[in-house]
Amino acid sequence: MSLECGVFHTRYESDMGLRPRPAQRIRLGAFAVFVLVFPFLAGPYWLDLANQIAIATVGAIGLNILVGYTGQISLGQGAFMAIGAYSAGLLTLNLGLPWGVSIALACVITAVAGSFFGLPSLRLKGLYLAIATLAAQEIVEWAMTHWTAVTGGTEAIVVPAPRLFGVRLNSTFAFYWFGVAMAAGTALFAANLFRTRMGRAFVAVRDQDIAASVIGVNLFRTKLLAFATSSFFVGLAGAMIVYYRTIITWERFTLETSIVYLAMIIVGGLGSIRGSFFGAALITLLPAMIANAGRALQDTAPVVAGLLPYAQQAVFGVVIILFLIFEPKGLSKLWGNVKDYFHVWPFAYRRG
Amino acid sequence: MDIFLQLTVSGLSTGMIYALAAAGFVVIYKASDVINFTQGDLLLLGTYLIFFAIGQIGLPWSLGVVVTVLLAVAVALAIERLVLRPLIGEPVISMIMVTIGLSSILRGLVNAIWGPAPRSFDSFLPEGSVVVGPAVLSTGRLLSIPIALAVLAALGLFFRHTRDGIAMRAIADDQQAALSMGISIPRVFGVAWALAAASAAIGGIMLAGVVGVSPNVASIGLRVFPVVILGGLDSIKGAVIGGAMIGLLEAYTGGYVGHGLNLVVPYGVLILVLMVRPYGLFGKEIIERV
Repeated sequence: MSLECGVFHTRYESDMGLRPRPAQRIRLGAFAVFVLVFPFLAGPYWLDLANQIAIATVGAIGLNILVGYTGQISLGQGAFMAIGAYSAGLLTLNLGLPWGVSIALACVITAVAGSFFGLPSLRLKGLYLAIATLAAQEIVEWAMTHWTAVTGGTEAIVVPAPRLFGVRLNSTFAFYWFGVAMAAGTALFAANLFRTRMGRAFVAVRDQDIAASVIGVNLFRTKLLAFATSSFFVGLAGAMIVYYRTIITWERFTLETSIVYLAMIIVGGLGSIRGSFFGAALITLLPAMIANAGRALQDTAPVVAGLLPYAQQAVFGVVIILFLIFEPKGLSKLWGNVKDYFHVWPFAYRRG
Repeated sequence: MDIFLQLTVSGLSTGMIYALAAAGFVVIYKASDVINFTQGDLLLLGTYLIFFAIGQIGLPWSLGVVVTVLLAVAVALAIERLVLRPLIGEPVISMIMVTIGLSSILRGLVNAIWGPAPRSFDSFLPEGSVVVGPAVLSTGRLLSIPIALAVLAALGLFFRHTRDGIAMRAIADDQQAALSMGISIPRVFGVAWALAAASAAIGGIMLAGVVGVSPNVASIGLRVFPVVILGGLDSIKGAVIGGAMIGLLEAYTGGYVGHGLNLVVPYGVLILVLMVRPYGLFGKEIIERV
């Protein structure tokens, strides 16, 4: 094995590969083995967490396409997930569509709704767009709870359990495979998206929109496409929640949800697909870990245990702020630092 | 007619509390271009601090108000120094997320200290009501309107006549030119946060008297956005008039239409204003446009 201090491509195929280096392929293989073996070793508690992470990864990648790659700030993630979830659930309940068809249609419906909410982005930028999406979130939330004829208001909607080849898919073990497949598919799509003209156009709009339009990127089309692509996956995440829990309530899709997903991509890394996964995992595991700590401290320090539910909210805020101040590029950058260190070892010249 | 009068008074008094929160928002936005999502939590802090000072320690109300405002200002100064200052010049998304994180911390702390259940204490606003013709108006609500107007007027005078106020306007106008004239930007940012906290604390004190002490107060923070967009992001006058308009609109739709429509109408207005006149009624006519 030769020592390298950089990446040198000698063939076009390797230059175009998603994982050109052997080390990358080994890491991916190791991760794949872990993912395949995990459900046979883990109990239902950990499997449930893994499923939540899988769903959150799909949603976080969706949001990252819009916020991290295209630079359009959205506080309406909860609303888009709600649209995906309610359309998936209502299509099955009212029209009797099979669950797979409902999920696919829900993604398309959310993509259309997303581009509609994206229309303000043609006139508004930065904080004005953020405030507009905040208003959209509030309006959708209101519609969920008050448009009783369609959504059933604050009542929960219960859908029949999804079945595939006679197996109930909403058990933690069965859903794990579905969730992982969806998360992997989303990640693969997104990774390839940013190697196409469309994906590059998204990034160009983020970096300098005027320059982008000068080199021939149609801003109108690109931004709407970004909203549509992003909402497609966000809707998928919403629809996945419906068929995992087989029950929809509006509380799952509030502004809080939007904030949690924004926190995922900030902590994980804006404009990074592996970051979306890292962030989704960390932000999903954080409350679970705090709850575990609470149970562990129940006997030794009941006062601390009693304060922990509130501490959870505070810790969430602290994590966001610490990342913003000390590592604005998130976990993805930290992971990159570790990798780079070993990649060029012992010539640790590469910085930044 | 009596319903109309009652709705008007309650709308105006809510509107003035919105205006106090919105004025704080505007001051911070003007000075440092930060979109402050913690404004509602500063209100929340105000209601709990006044409960702490009067209800728990037993201070007389005048001293209680002073202590509340001073504590709120101290918290805001700490926030500015520890969290906001390292992030000066970061992109919009970072500034939004950092204030959202702060809001989460403040809410968690308030919940951890005082618990999630609503609290009550002897109101310092005079009890009872005034009868005007056929309408019965609560004195507390009526009184809160002039108090808020006085605070907002003081804020306006501050901007016009004091050294720090003028420095703040200079920075809002052109940061580099202000720097080269020897204005200390960190000082001005600190003053902005202190003022925002003070005005939110007074809003919180009034809320404690009019509505009561409960964690739900923080949700008012989101109402600030329709108010400031309608009034103009960088205008105190806009915050007052926008606050009154949104407060009245909510009261009338709540009273005459119902169906919880009062919760959503302000956001409809917000979207409309953004589409037609993004700088609001009184804002400066510069906006990032695409």
